[in-house]
Amino acid sequence: MQNNLINIVLADDDEDDRLFFTEAFEELKIKSNVSTYNNGVLLMEYLNKTDSILPELLFLDLNMPKKSGIECLVDIKKNARLKDMVIAIYSTSASEEDIEKTFVLGANIYIKKPNDFKKLKKALSEVVTTNWQYQTDSLNKDNFLLRL
Amino acid sequence: MKLFLKFDVKQLCDNILSNQFSNLNINFRILAYGEIEILDKLSKTQWIDVKNTLEDYGITVVEDQKSILIQKIKDAIIEMVNDEEETITVKSSVYLAEKLNHSYGYLSNLFSEITYTSIENYIILQKIEHAKHLITTSSMTLTEIAFKLNYSSVAHLSTQFKNTTGITPSAFQRIIVKRREITL
Repeated sequence: MQNNLINIVLADDDEDDRLFFTEAFEELKIKSNVSTYNNGVLLMEYLNKTDSILPELLFLDLNMPKKSGIECLVDIKKNARLKDMVIAIYSTSASEEDIEKTFVLGANIYIKKPNDFKKLKKALSEVVTTNWQYQTDSLNKDNFLLRL
Repeated sequence: MKLFLKFDVKQLCDNILSNQFSNLNINFRILAYGEIEILDKLSKTQWIDVKNTLEDYGITVVEDQKSILIQKIKDAIIEMVNDEEETITVKSSVYLAEKLNHSYGYLSNLFSEITYTSIENYIILQKIEHAKHLITTSSMTLTEIAFKLNYSSVAHLSTQFKNTTGITPSAFQRIIVKRREITL
């Protein structure tokens, strides 16, 4: 069994969303270490540091100023050190176009932000437990697609 | 040039174990998938060598009893999912309880505690993973895949696929094909 603490990073420009996200994780059964960034530029600066701890799960908001979630996704997938992270898109949009596009670009999970806290907790719990099975069971991550 | 490979994991592991143990001059035999018996008495340094050598291949020696039982449950489930000839005719709860010699209640509680998911969900996850593998690497139709994985109908497979992943099997296939096109 691996270390039971998972590292999670969220990039989202909305302060309330960041707060709800962090609180939801505090209430989940799986222990986690959550850090958040206000935009894509700050996120990429952190990830690109050679000594940064890469999260097991990275959540990206799509619409952020300076650098969007899609731009981050594309940069991450081009980078050999970063490309194996599991990436979840975390967005208010649920357009089929965004969903398919981000999956094709290499995202593993697409979550439409739920509008109440209970649903948010349920969605994040499902994401983390499913990810846990991939992480501990060496399942084929290329086939890891989950839409909530 | 980019190639797509298919792996026989069991054969891979068996070969790695045979090669590494013969390098270390240790006699062993394979008992079952993920279970071996060492026939020599190992010194402390040999034991450390074994663990280090296997670690290079991502193989961990499981030493905690609960983890061993969890791994046995998982192996039994994978065996069930791969049971194409339908040799296992009893319900999964009965099968696991008999095979592992514990009550299903005990196994199921332990499993949920350690893996954060239920045995039922894990069985579905494994079946859907198997279906994904066949969708992306074989030319089988969904109907053939449903039949091979012992679903009562293609609709049953599609529904379970959609419930588990949030997307339909055909959307899944389309996404994987497009991904390969952009990375080629």
